[in-house]
Amino acid sequence: MKGRSGYFRRKQFSRLMLVLCGIATACVILVLILILGYTLVNGVSYLSLDFITQPSKPVGEVGGGMRDDIYGTFILVGLASLIALPVGMMTGIFLAAFAGPKAASAIRFAADILAGVPSIIVGVFAYAILVRPMHSYSALSAGVALAIIMIPVVARTAEESLRLVPNSQREAALALGINRWRITLGVIVPGAVTGIVTGIMLAVARIAGETAPLIFTALGSAFGVQGLTQPIGALPLQIYRYALSPYTDWQQQAWAAAFLLVILVLGINVIVRLVSSRRSK
Amino acid sequence: MIKNILGQNVRDEVADNITGGRMHPEKCKLTVEDLDAWYGSKQVIQQVSMGIGAQHITALIGPSGCGKSTFIRCLNRMHEVAEGGRVTGRVFMDGYDIYAPQVDPVAVRRRIGMVFQKASVFPTMSIFGNVASGISLTRFWSRRRDLKDVVERSLRKAALWEEVKDKLDQPGASLSGGQQQRLCIARAIAIEPEVILMDEPCSALDPISTLRIEELMLELKKDYTVVIVTHNMQQAARVSDWTGFMLLGQLVEYAPTKEVFTVPKDKRTEDYITGRFG
Repeated sequence: MKGRSGYFRRKQFSRLMLVLCGIATACVILVLILILGYTLVNGVSYLSLDFITQPSKPVGEVGGGMRDDIYGTFILVGLASLIALPVGMMTGIFLAAFAGPKAASAIRFAADILAGVPSIIVGVFAYAILVRPMHSYSALSAGVALAIIMIPVVARTAEESLRLVPNSQREAALALGINRWRITLGVIVPGAVTGIVTGIMLAVARIAGETAPLIFTALGSAFGVQGLTQPIGALPLQIYRYALSPYTDWQQQAWAAAFLLVILVLGINVIVRLVSSRRSK
Repeated sequence: MIKNILGQNVRDEVADNITGGRMHPEKCKLTVEDLDAWYGSKQVIQQVSMGIGAQHITALIGPSGCGKSTFIRCLNRMHEVAEGGRVTGRVFMDGYDIYAPQVDPVAVRRRIGMVFQKASVFPTMSIFGNVASGISLTRFWSRRRDLKDVVERSLRKAALWEEVKDKLDQPGASLSGGQQQRLCIARAIAIEPEVILMDEPCSALDPISTLRIEELMLELKKDYTVVIVTHNMQQAARVSDWTGFMLLGQLVEYAPTKEVFTVPKDKRTEDYITGRFG
């Protein structure tokens, strides 16, 4: 009899925990839906073709868009990727294929710490090494700051995906008398390409929304994109600025920009999912 | 390359040194002398010496963990790739020591190919690409046109050509298990090695695929020296010319296959073969 009641109690407990897990999951999804819904409701009314194709206008003038800031965001993400992809990829390859176990764990630790550095500190760092010596806020310094945030993410995801390639492949290639670096480039990297691309896209999504480092580096620009050594606008910066402004028109625009940014990041994530699910078929 | 590195042919000298007189067939392709191998601090091969006959099929049998896989991995310098893998002793190929300090292990592996237990087809490559990989990945640039002949020849030798000739561009992983293993053999043949090592090539295959691979081995014997590790004693008896029985890292008995299976000299060999092992 005792055994039976114990069984009953365990079963009840299991059911309770299942319900709690369900509630926790629902909370996570609810937050996402709230964010999407809130930006959608507040932002979509202002969103129009003009918003994407028109430059910003001074206070008081009706209309105006965020063309330059959208353009700026793409430039900054492109710049950061240009720096971070080669560096991050090669670090990942080195970690997965060439570093000894001790060196690898040291580098991995360093990369994890770098990934954990608050982004505002990365911004201050870029300010100190680039903005001050060059006497100007610039797109370049912002690109570098974003690249610093991106590198450890790319390196670690690249390493993880390279490690997932079975060792038997490496051995089979070795037994064919192929050099280590050709094995890495010809067998291991192609086998890990889905994971690497996923990592890169997630890193891009992450830096596209970074604001803090841009305050110290990109600054924002009222005159459009003027070159890499000049201040440049970006979507998150403009959201920050417009949302805090006292003008309702600007606040409206901030909502619209927020919605746009969310859609952009969401879009990248959806593409990642599509690519990786198609590759794994 | 290995040739001319030592400047002299030492095979005969080494062959004479090997114990018992029966430790090698008439003409050896590989001669192993006092081979020891370790994983970290654990010694897995102890003082193995044997000659491996040219254009023979040499089978190594023995219980799991006896070191037979490790042993053949020492023959193309694959053991040292594993973490903690260490080898001492000498292995001569045509009289030249493949463990001599000047020898590049990559060059050794181009002359002594290997097929693994689990067919390790490169999943990102086509059937064509898999067979050609040993060539295309050692050249800077290669055109498909130049590789075509080698690929066809290798696939024919591996008795796979007829089955795949119309779908060379499909992924290698789309083939069946037995076909994948033959694809791996074709890939190993494509770089034109002189010796082919097979580490339990049939253990994951059904009887029909196994039969095909065994026929293939007998065919390969005409051009290559084949060493096969197997759990399957019937297989060793069917295909091999010489058989070695290994136990706890030592080569207990090594003789022509017929003798090993009919009149084993060592009690332990007899026990293993008759299934009274334990």
